[in-house]
Amino acid sequence: MEKIKSLADLKAKREQLQSNLKLREMGDNVDNMIQVKVAMATCGIASGAKQVMETIINECNTRKLPVVVTQTGCMGYCYAEPTVEVKKPGQEPVVFGHITPAKATELVEKYIAGNELIEGIIPVNYEKIDK
Amino acid sequence: MANYKYHILICGGTGCHASQSAQIKENFEKIIVEKNLQNDVQVVGTGCFGFCEKGPIVKMLPDNTFYTQVTPEDCNEIVQEHIIKGRKVQRLLYLDPKSQEHKSDSKHMGFYKKQLRIALRNCGFIDPENIEEYIARDGYKALASVLEQNDPQGTIEVLKKAGLRGRGGAGFPTGLKWELCRKNAADQKYMICNADEGDPGAFMDRSILEGDPHTVIEAMAIGGFCIGASKGLVYIRAEYPLAIHRLRIAIDQAREYGLLGNNIFGTDFSFDIELRYGAGAFVCGEETALIHSMEGQRGEPTFKPPFPAVEGYLKKPSNVNNVETFANVPVIINKGWEWFSSIGTEKSKGTKVFALAGQINNVGLIEVPMGTTLREVIYEIGGGIKNGKKFKAVQTGGPSGGCLTEKFLDTPIDYDNLIAAGSMMGSGGMIVMDETSCMVSVAKFYLDFIVEESCGKCSPCRIGNKRMSEILDKITKGNGTMEDLERLKNLAKVIKDTALCGLGQTSPNPVLSTMDNFWDEYVAHVVDKKCPAGQCRALKQYVIDPEKCKGCTACARACPVGAIHGTVKQPHEINQEACIKCGTCYEKCKFNAISIK
Repeated sequence: MEKIKSLADLKAKREQLQSNLKLREMGDNVDNMIQVKVAMATCGIASGAKQVMETIINECNTRKLPVVVTQTGCMGYCYAEPTVEVKKPGQEPVVFGHITPAKATELVEKYIAGNELIEGIIPVNYEKIDK
Repeated sequence: MANYKYHILICGGTGCHASQSAQIKENFEKIIVEKNLQNDVQVVGTGCFGFCEKGPIVKMLPDNTFYTQVTPEDCNEIVQEHIIKGRKVQRLLYLDPKSQEHKSDSKHMGFYKKQLRIALRNCGFIDPENIEEYIARDGYKALASVLEQNDPQGTIEVLKKAGLRGRGGAGFPTGLKWELCRKNAADQKYMICNADEGDPGAFMDRSILEGDPHTVIEAMAIGGFCIGASKGLVYIRAEYPLAIHRLRIAIDQAREYGLLGNNIFGTDFSFDIELRYGAGAFVCGEETALIHSMEGQRGEPTFKPPFPAVEGYLKKPSNVNNVETFANVPVIINKGWEWFSSIGTEKSKGTKVFALAGQINNVGLIEVPMGTTLREVIYEIGGGIKNGKKFKAVQTGGPSGGCLTEKFLDTPIDYDNLIAAGSMMGSGGMIVMDETSCMVSVAKFYLDFIVEESCGKCSPCRIGNKRMSEILDKITKGNGTMEDLERLKNLAKVIKDTALCGLGQTSPNPVLSTMDNFWDEYVAHVVDKKCPAGQCRALKQYVIDPEKCKGCTACARACPVGAIHGTVKQPHEINQEACIKCGTCYEKCKFNAISIK
């Protein structure tokens, strides 16, 4: 192990290590984060949801966006897989269908980072019975 | 490198550890590999989350889902449902007792809402056995900046302005303590950490050492630099094996990273830490006794002055601080004294960790800003009294503290208010009692603890407390007189004024405060020969109501001393002289015919 010999060493080390804990720090403040859910049931995975999730995480990381990405089960839109739900704090969730890795980049860039809607929105056609 | 999408945090504090949390962690690790998720999910053992009532605790991130009372068998379902299918496992979520709703996010639980975690900031967040997680949380940044500024007196000023006071109980200003030691020139000085947590029910120091050992190491190094000590010693009780284990790992890692040892951060400052084990004597929490015990002498206190700042370990200037005090230091330096002094009350700044115990719904470890009221702690964080019973008293400050009644519930908690109310902060044990607690017995419990733990060096403590305990024994057996109560008061005053050390000087507090607040209960024991709470066995009388008794003989057959007489199908009677008040008949009676008088 290389010893830490100066304040600059420590700072460099900390910056390198901080990303490992970012996920936990976000969890401390999850209500004020943008929450992204990727549908990862069989149909989703078969249509490439794993790569989509990977892309979203990487894109958000490079842009340092306050986004919590989790996976979820089948949303029921099997015809439009992979599907991604984005919920901004204080707003209704929006579901996007037919998301490819390329589309995922666009989603992060335009809707998550900016506030511009992109094509592929699946209109809400159900009511949640969330408590 | 793995790009984790989920972190599973598993509480590894002693409480959860005892409830198989190590097995839970192992199961998670196994299942994650079986399902080929090792690059997506990180499994982390952490320190105490504080919510010991519902342990073992498992927390899922990034969505901050808080699972309670998890068993090793639940791991598969959690991975399958939560991680793979993205659905929360409802049955393991915290159930709010009032609204009967499942709360998935710990921030919305009453237990966490009012808390502010400074000393416990990393407990339940990082892996205590991994220095890198501590560094990622600004660890050792305070030490680096203190060394870079190279202004020990300036750092002491920061602590003085922050208003940090000793968390071990007495509340002496930490900055001032460091300054006193700094002023005494010597070839060798010592920075000592008091981890001899002895109050019954208190476990915050253990939890900090188990959950975030590096914060103590960092703060000791900062203190060492400020007072001019190159050696640090942690006096820790041998009954804390997990804390010792984690502290050892932390010290080794800090040495490996060059954060302990020679020329730290490339400066002239060298500092290293050794451990000293205590055998668990209460008096060794007193600093002079602690120092003697570390030297291999008997753990007995000596008169101050000389204070340890002048003549401490091996007759060299030494500074002793408590674990929780240390845990506050790095944060104060990182965030500034203005921030710290904005929290709390006028004379007590920052937060205090309390160990909630007794007849309360949410037993656990909490940290609240100074000035929070007892009512907020007991009813909002603690969730109120168990089984819907009525609150009677709360004991703070351990054997040196006192019992506070309902009229103090809205008093803001700080050092001075607790003393004014006849108790003290102590190390932060908080034992809540309901209406079924007998206050005379409670006083006797603490006094018996003192009698056992008194080192015997000075007579007021050794003999005086023994006599007080005898008088209390007499009272609980129904043989007390009003003169005994007077004698108790007098003895208490004499011991308070004449005992050598803090242990003796504060030992009569439980008796005095219960006499102040529950005088009627003492009188009931002495004059009416009754224990209002029905706890004192000798004062209980079991009586059979002839109207209700069916003569089934169940009680007579169960009585171990044959004290119940009667003919079948005729009302029975208890021979009070033979009765040993064991309560067996009371439990056996199916007709509620037996009552306690």
